[in-house]
Amino acid sequence: MKIGIAAAVVVAVLLYPLVLRGPYPQHLMILVLLNALLGTAWNILGGFAGQISLGQATFFGAGAYTSTLLFQHAGVSPWVGLVAGAALAAALALAIGYPCFRLSGHYFAIATIAIGEIAGIAVTNWEFAGGAVGLFLPVEGEGMGAFKFGDKLGYYYVVAAFLALSVALAAWLRRGRAGYYWRAIREDQAAARSVGVPALRYKQLAIAISAALTAMAGTFYAQYLLFIDPPSVLPLSLSIQICLVAVLGGAGTLVGPLLGAAVLVPLSAATSVALGGSGRSLDLVVYGALIMVIAVFEPSGLVGIARRVRRRISAQR
Amino acid sequence: MIAQALVSGLLIGFVFALIAAGLTLIFGVMEIVNFAHGEFLMLSMYLSYFLHAGLGWDPIAALPVNAIALFALGVIVYYALIRRVLRAPMLAQVFATFGLGVFLQNAAQFLWRPDFRTLGNTWVTGRIALAGVYVSGPQLAAAGGAVVTTAGLWWLLSRTEIGRALLATAEDRQAASLMGINPDRMFALAWGLGAACVGVAGALLSTFYYVFPQVGGVFALIAFVAVALGGFGSVVGAFAGGVLIGVVESLAGVFIAPAVKNVFVFAIYLVVVLLRPRGLFGKL
Repeated sequence: MKIGIAAAVVVAVLLYPLVLRGPYPQHLMILVLLNALLGTAWNILGGFAGQISLGQATFFGAGAYTSTLLFQHAGVSPWVGLVAGAALAAALALAIGYPCFRLSGHYFAIATIAIGEIAGIAVTNWEFAGGAVGLFLPVEGEGMGAFKFGDKLGYYYVVAAFLALSVALAAWLRRGRAGYYWRAIREDQAAARSVGVPALRYKQLAIAISAALTAMAGTFYAQYLLFIDPPSVLPLSLSIQICLVAVLGGAGTLVGPLLGAAVLVPLSAATSVALGGSGRSLDLVVYGALIMVIAVFEPSGLVGIARRVRRRISAQR
Repeated sequence: MIAQALVSGLLIGFVFALIAAGLTLIFGVMEIVNFAHGEFLMLSMYLSYFLHAGLGWDPIAALPVNAIALFALGVIVYYALIRRVLRAPMLAQVFATFGLGVFLQNAAQFLWRPDFRTLGNTWVTGRIALAGVYVSGPQLAAAGGAVVTTAGLWWLLSRTEIGRALLATAEDRQAASLMGINPDRMFALAWGLGAACVGVAGALLSTFYYVFPQVGGVFALIAFVAVALGGFGSVVGAFAGGVLIGVVESLAGVFIAPAVKNVFVFAIYLVVVLLRPRGLFGKL
């Protein structure tokens, strides 16, 4: 049954933009897939290994800025830039992880906030990277090789492929040795270490992979919107939103971030369409209330609801 | 110039300290970080604004009103929301309070528009020169009020029966309840007191700071860092953290550049916790 549902979801995602041809439904779904990708990347570090990062925007920005700057100043293909951005983000992640993984719980989370804020301020004051003004990418040149498409369809399938790759990687890692080590570290790091789990090395693995995938998403974002600046790719609010997608969906599970993105993105879009027109942020009032409701009634995330539904169906048989 | 920067930093640092003390009290008693703390502060500042604009009450005179109103808000939030996530995973607790913050901030924007408001003349307008250092009246009053309130909180916690009951609950919930302390009531009290701290801070800030729906974010982030810097759950630590951040921010603003002053605030947090992973005064 599980494989059946997964296959149905994959087919639905592939057919979606061919059925709904309008730019808005396609844009909305691109955002869903992008958030699912970011949530999946967060989940490897926060859900599997239990290290709560509230600084994912640092890696997202590293990806967006690396590919954009390489293209603008050296004419490097964004695809090469994507790899370079992911490598840079992973290196950055290792440099952050090495000292910061000594910290536990809230201290680690606040350290990631601190690093994210420093990165944001640094780029804002860095003239070469466009400073507070930001960077525009040239519009001309289309096609797969240029990582630039005239319509949304190309972007749609690229981000869908990125997501599929990330989910497959997460599933594979979770099933292997790393997955078991991460679970042991998450539940009780001291106990894990006492039985010989190399905790630091596996936490470093988690943050490096998480950062590389997040940077890929950052390059995609830059190529999709053709404009980046610190408030759009490096804010604390983005880091929190990434965490929110994974946690409200269900941290530590494979489908959690996908479910979280599939519910939260359309939800915030719907409330802003229905209520946001007044410019008085009624949509965010509703959004905040919904976050509270989910946290109270489904503390393990939306996955909990899905599980209960499935149990009820199988009980009826 | 150094003296001026030091004094300004100390004065605002005392206010940071009071906000951080409220946050750390709640955390210390029940290990929940209140991500709506900044929004509590914002509500208190609006309360001062409306009392001043509507009834002509001076924010300093109305200070007890703010403290009582925010105490009530804290208790209500505890019973309506926090009690339901007490046994939930840490991340669910984070998002319960985070959702509350989003809700309150945007409700304020919906009700009162995103305008920046100021109170105009209050009792403490003007400035004083002391040995060549200029001190603005509102800032001096805010710092004084913050020090007195933080000291009061410390006295309450360490010298009174009810404070000991709170600390006992923080230490060991079950042992405390065996001693006849009702943990539920202690949690509610912690939320009340924690919110009352920002109630006072909000009234004090309203005499010289803009009142707008997002004002809480400015102070909440600094309060989180101050709390972690001092060590989660330690009132003395939060006080030291708040003052240290105020001074660092002010010195960096004057001697390096105002645009990058927060880099130094975050950097000092990183340096401190990398040397002492549980902050300056945290329990090891």
